Amino acid sequence: MNFVPPDFTPAAPEIFVLAMACVTLLIDAFLRDEQRHITHRLCQGTLAGALLLTLATGPAASVFTFHGHFVRDALGDLLKLSLYLAVGAVLLLSRDYLKARGIHRGEYYVLGLFGLLGMMVMISAASLLSVYLGLELLSLSLYALVAFDRDSQQSSEAAMKYFVLGALASGMLLYGISMVYGASGSLQLEAVARALAARGMQDLVLVFGVAFLVVGLAFKFGAVPFHMWLPDVYQGAPTSVTLYVASAPKLAATALVVRVLVEGLGGVAADWQQMLLVLAVLSIGAGNLIAIAQTNIKRMLAYSTISHVGFLLLGFVAGTPEGYSAAVFYAITYVLMTVGTFGVIIAVGGKGAEIDDITDLKGLNDRSPWLAFVMLVLMMSTAGIPFLVGFYAKFAVLKAVVEAGFVGLAIFAVVMSVIGAFYYLRVVKVMYFDKPEDRSPVSVALDVQTVLGASGLGVMLLGIYPTALMALCAAALR
Amino acid sequence: MLSELPLLSLVIWAPILGGAAVLFVGDDNPAKARRLALVVAIATFVLSLPLWSGFEAGTAKMQFEELWPWIAPFKINYHLGVDGFSMPLILLTTFTTVLVVIAGWEVIEYRVAQYMAAFLIMEGLMIGVFAALDVILFYVFFEAMLIPMFLVIGIWGGPRRVYATIKFFLYTFFGSVFMLIALLYMYFKSGSFEILAYHDLKLGMTEQVLIFIAFMLGFAVKVPMFPVHTWLPDAHVEAPTGGSVILAAITLKIGGYGFVRFALPITPDASAALDWLVIGLSLIAVVYISLVALIQQDMKKLIAYSSIAHMGFVTLGFFLVFGILRNTGSASGAAMGIQGGMVQMVSHGFISGALFLCVGVLYDRVHSRQIRDYGGVVNTMPVFAAFMVLFGMANAGLPGTSGFVGEFLVILASFKANFWIAFLAALTLILGAAYTLWMVKRVVFGEVGNQHVAELADINTREFVMLGVLAIAVLALGLWPGPLTEVMGASIDKLIQHVVVSKL
Repeated sequence: MNFVPPDFTPAAPEIFVLAMACVTLLIDAFLRDEQRHITHRLCQGTLAGALLLTLATGPAASVFTFHGHFVRDALGDLLKLSLYLAVGAVLLLSRDYLKARGIHRGEYYVLGLFGLLGMMVMISAASLLSVYLGLELLSLSLYALVAFDRDSQQSSEAAMKYFVLGALASGMLLYGISMVYGASGSLQLEAVARALAARGMQDLVLVFGVAFLVVGLAFKFGAVPFHMWLPDVYQGAPTSVTLYVASAPKLAATALVVRVLVEGLGGVAADWQQMLLVLAVLSIGAGNLIAIAQTNIKRMLAYSTISHVGFLLLGFVAGTPEGYSAAVFYAITYVLMTVGTFGVIIAVGGKGAEIDDITDLKGLNDRSPWLAFVMLVLMMSTAGIPFLVGFYAKFAVLKAVVEAGFVGLAIFAVVMSVIGAFYYLRVVKVMYFDKPEDRSPVSVALDVQTVLGASGLGVMLLGIYPTALMALCAAALR
Repeated sequence: MLSELPLLSLVIWAPILGGAAVLFVGDDNPAKARRLALVVAIATFVLSLPLWSGFEAGTAKMQFEELWPWIAPFKINYHLGVDGFSMPLILLTTFTTVLVVIAGWEVIEYRVAQYMAAFLIMEGLMIGVFAALDVILFYVFFEAMLIPMFLVIGIWGGPRRVYATIKFFLYTFFGSVFMLIALLYMYFKSGSFEILAYHDLKLGMTEQVLIFIAFMLGFAVKVPMFPVHTWLPDAHVEAPTGGSVILAAITLKIGGYGFVRFALPITPDASAALDWLVIGLSLIAVVYISLVALIQQDMKKLIAYSSIAHMGFVTLGFFLVFGILRNTGSASGAAMGIQGGMVQMVSHGFISGALFLCVGVLYDRVHSRQIRDYGGVVNTMPVFAAFMVLFGMANAGLPGTSGFVGEFLVILASFKANFWIAFLAALTLILGAAYTLWMVKRVVFGEVGNQHVAELADINTREFVMLGVLAIAVLALGLWPGPLTEVMGASIDKLIQHVVVSKL
């Protein structure tokens, strides 16, 4: 029997990131603390390289490799490109934050790169095995990152919770995978889809498997009622890590739902759509309502994330290609807004204490009109007010939902987003209508300014002309 | 040559980009920011004039149309155009914004650039609302308007500004989201986001009623109609003068405009079936809210309630159509109601704006809006008193002022529908006179009330110009409403022809 080596080209970005992560780890070991910026540059170089590689090697059609465990397609490329930009922004925003807190260590960057690799594998997963591999690589990196400030009790507690609950979720997912494997006889999603088409969906084992898979995914997404870890992790982790946890993994999770549920288990869509429907409704409702009661800004944003996850899942509930592309559009724009929002929190915190309470943003307009304006744009966009991209994200999802015939669901979602608008308005109120206690201007480093400016400008420009990105999302899911 | 320019786009985007430029000048340079804002506002007004001069009055077709694909995957177009309903309101907007910039000239000292920019950006968005012919474009402008207004009330408002502005925002946001669902539903039915396509879309009765209710929720909050009017007095009282003027003169009109552009033509059967509801609520606004206005101690609150009552006339005029057609079958009678409503909208824009500016003039000097803190203002401010009395008379509907024309047409039309409707509507002539003139009497006439009033200085040139221009507008529209009714005529006739045809 001859050994035929698999085609490595489709996986070139992943291989590059893996190699560079190892190189970074090695080089960093020989660097002194004041040379840490080299690690930072190396990471940014890796991201830039991966970006170029992805653009250069993008195939015209879907390509499978590694015996059908890995797929390279338009959806994957779109999400990976967004991923590089998101992680790049996270690293730029993190540097000064970490320095100011004396935890500017090389491991942060290496873990960030391994997390990125995990997400890339998730996005390109064509079998349940690679799904699990990618997910675990990401999760393990995230557990370590959350505990990165090891002297902080809060961080350690958050990391512990995250680890225990995350491990539970992984177990569920694995259990679901084994059942699906048992029912369909294959790990490859394409083969699973074929088996389902042939055998129908009367199989009890399969339905159980799907249920466990959905639970696992919901855990990773943070959808209600599997959201318990999310507020604690958001609050407990260092803000730069919260930024990481809150942004890029949402892209990977969205890809996961597309890969596993839509492409693999599309045959039993009726079953998982019901489950997602419940998750979405609960998430939108609970997320928005509980967020109102929060005074800690990171916790509030955590509940806001939960409600957005619910909105995103609505796109999948619609069960149409329009709905799926709306969900992908939602994920990308959500990440854009989240990066900016946490970026502002990091920037306002500056070298001083962490921004904890919403009132810490008091009178930001007097201290730094520019930062306040960026935050205003982001908050309004997150609330879904138009001429900002957040509106079109909600709009696309709602349109798909109404077209699928769920008018009542759409009404529920919009009423909840009105309730949700309240807590975003409160942030604006604190920034603009209250007078600051500490009038000192906020100094913002140039790279942070660039990232925040790009995020705010992106939200506004995409708000005026969202067509191009929408077309990309639609094309990616055709 | 002018007709070849994309005039509507210019009028929408010039103030928005101008506002961004003002923001860029920054608060450190208030004098420059003010001047730039005034230049932008006047330039926009001048740009909007060809809309009037180049308007063909004889046709109900959309004019100055612009059509570009915008969000192609969803078939959403950047589609603009004006007819007899929207063109006058666009001019009202550009005109009022110039006054608002002048009104804030010396009064606003905190963050001048942000203040001016907010109003300019809002101007562009409001014109966009009137000019949009694509529902999503309309909705986008409609919602985006909330942000600058939210900030204007919240930053430069009175002591309870935070409560007022959040209430304002959530009320109007809540009202409009249902409309979005209705619009999406109609897209699902018709495959298009064109407003004019929706006009011809066949809809069943249940669908129509539900869509009508969605429109009601969106527009009734904006108008505002009883019982969802409670945000308005709060917002008005707390808003700075400029904010009150824009709220009263323009944003309320967007609610009225929504009824003639959306509710009546898209859901004519539901409108006919539910006209009693709108008429009833309008009459409550006219009678009950007028009584509420009568007991107000705060001048701004009084004018706010008077706005609700006057806007009740607008919605009353619009929805009399069906009653008149049922009774007399006369289309010209029905047209009178809508015409009255439209004239009332423009006229109320002038009058309420002027009254809020008057209160602003007093407030800037005495820092009180309470009626009891004044008295005998005529002794120290004779020129101002003359203006205030004129606008008060106009608000009460004195013949010769613009306030008379609209109210008269609506009352005349309501006689054709039902005597009792006419009776209740006509009560406004008494009640309106009562609350306005009583306020004017207590503030302007009598003995000099206190030390503050004795020290008042009469209005300066800036104030004289802005009140004078409004006085001319109020009198001109009152004495010669012909040009306004002429441009609306064809559009109104078309609307009447449209609503008599059942869509079932």
